[in-house]
Amino acid sequence: MSIIGTPKDVLHDPPSVRYVLITIIISFLLYLLPADGALVFLRVDLPLLVILFWCIHQPNYVGFAIGFVVGLLVDVTDGNILGQHAIAYMLAIFLALVIRLRILKFKLWQQALHILALLLISQMLVAVTHLFLPSAFPGWAYFIASFIGALLWPVITFALEYPQLLAARARND
Amino acid sequence: MVTQQPEFFYRGPSPVVRLLFFSVLALAIMVADARFHALDMARAAVATVTYPLQQAALAPGDILGRIGDFFVTQNKLQRENTELKQTVLKRSEELQRLSLTESELASLRKLLGARETIRERSTLAEILHSGRNPFRRKVIVDKGIKDDVQLGQAAISADGVLGQVTAVFPFTSEVTLLTDKNQAVPVMLRRNGLRAVIFGNGRDGTLDLPFIPLNADVQNGDILVTSGIDGTYPAGLSVAKVTNIERNAIHAFAKITCTPLAGIDRDRHVLVLTNLTAAAKPQIEPELVKPSAGKSAKPSAARVKP
Repeated sequence: MSIIGTPKDVLHDPPSVRYVLITIIISFLLYLLPADGALVFLRVDLPLLVILFWCIHQPNYVGFAIGFVVGLLVDVTDGNILGQHAIAYMLAIFLALVIRLRILKFKLWQQALHILALLLISQMLVAVTHLFLPSAFPGWAYFIASFIGALLWPVITFALEYPQLLAARARND
Repeated sequence: MVTQQPEFFYRGPSPVVRLLFFSVLALAIMVADARFHALDMARAAVATVTYPLQQAALAPGDILGRIGDFFVTQNKLQRENTELKQTVLKRSEELQRLSLTESELASLRKLLGARETIRERSTLAEILHSGRNPFRRKVIVDKGIKDDVQLGQAAISADGVLGQVTAVFPFTSEVTLLTDKNQAVPVMLRRNGLRAVIFGNGRDGTLDLPFIPLNADVQNGDILVTSGIDGTYPAGLSVAKVTNIERNAIHAFAKITCTPLAGIDRDRHVLVLTNLTAAAKPQIEPELVKPSAGKSAKPSAARVKP
């Protein structure tokens, strides 16, 4: 892995660590929003999406350790066995680090396809660990969240990069 | 990506090593949590720390609901009021009969020399949100350790048993619903006293009544009430209604499906029974209780006192 970023990264200064952490906390807050009944299936794993974004764009800031902690927090709020999301996040983060240099060359919708695969793999891992325990499989609708998450990838990219672009523009003026 | 030449910039352990390390750590945590319940304290601590965040996330919906409540029409209020009055009348009639029966029962108990039952105290709790986990049937309610809620207590609604408290945090607690997979409740048929154990199957709105012989006297529409033999649920609470019976001679047991009576996904309020009757608890010596008892048995076993 090269230390020199892609041309896109050079456009603006790397974000501050504080900014990165705040975005992750906000994504976790949004994940805490209530979702009842069928809405549960539309619940995108936002913390994972944001963590994957930073793993791909700033791998020096966000990696396994932060993913692990956020995974445990998600497990507590969902009432899971501790570690179920943590282990799923680990695999997704690893795959994101592996494909990170390639994925940045693609257009946003093509990146979204890669992200879809990562989200599906993490959801499958959560499902597998659940099925080892006495839990009932909620049906294939469970995986809808991954598709919505992939659709959100361009939105996330825009939302997380826009403040940086603004800062860069303000500095150049 | 693996090269023989030394790295120019040292970047710490490779991603594969990190993946392995954290995955093994996660697995260890999962085992510690699922098998040994070793991390309940850590879970409670994290839940307490995230509680303000949780409340903040719930606030917008809450405020919208309150604004909605404010603009309820007069008509609707009146209708609700009449309904409530009717229910109160019906209940008061039942209550009078109950007090009569209770005094009768007390005198009979005294005759028998049985210990007197202590009345249950209960805490009214509001459902904050429904667990958000599609794999489990759980709800989070707004009463916790500070309101004297304890592990293993029964939660009921107006129409019947809702579930059991399976995790308590300082400000909130988690109620596992009857419909959660493998959640068991000892019941009996109200009509003839036939005892059984009812299990959730993880789907909304149905419960299974396994291990009932083919020739057992069970009919469609039979009401199942708690039998009270587990010491968790007081006896006589409505649980479910038998809705489907399949008797097939190739199986040893009948396949009986029931519908829970409590509005498992409708109700907003639950009653947590905070003080179990001393008589309802099984009389087991504490040292005889093995710590490795099942998940549902553990809470009641932990609180048993001779």
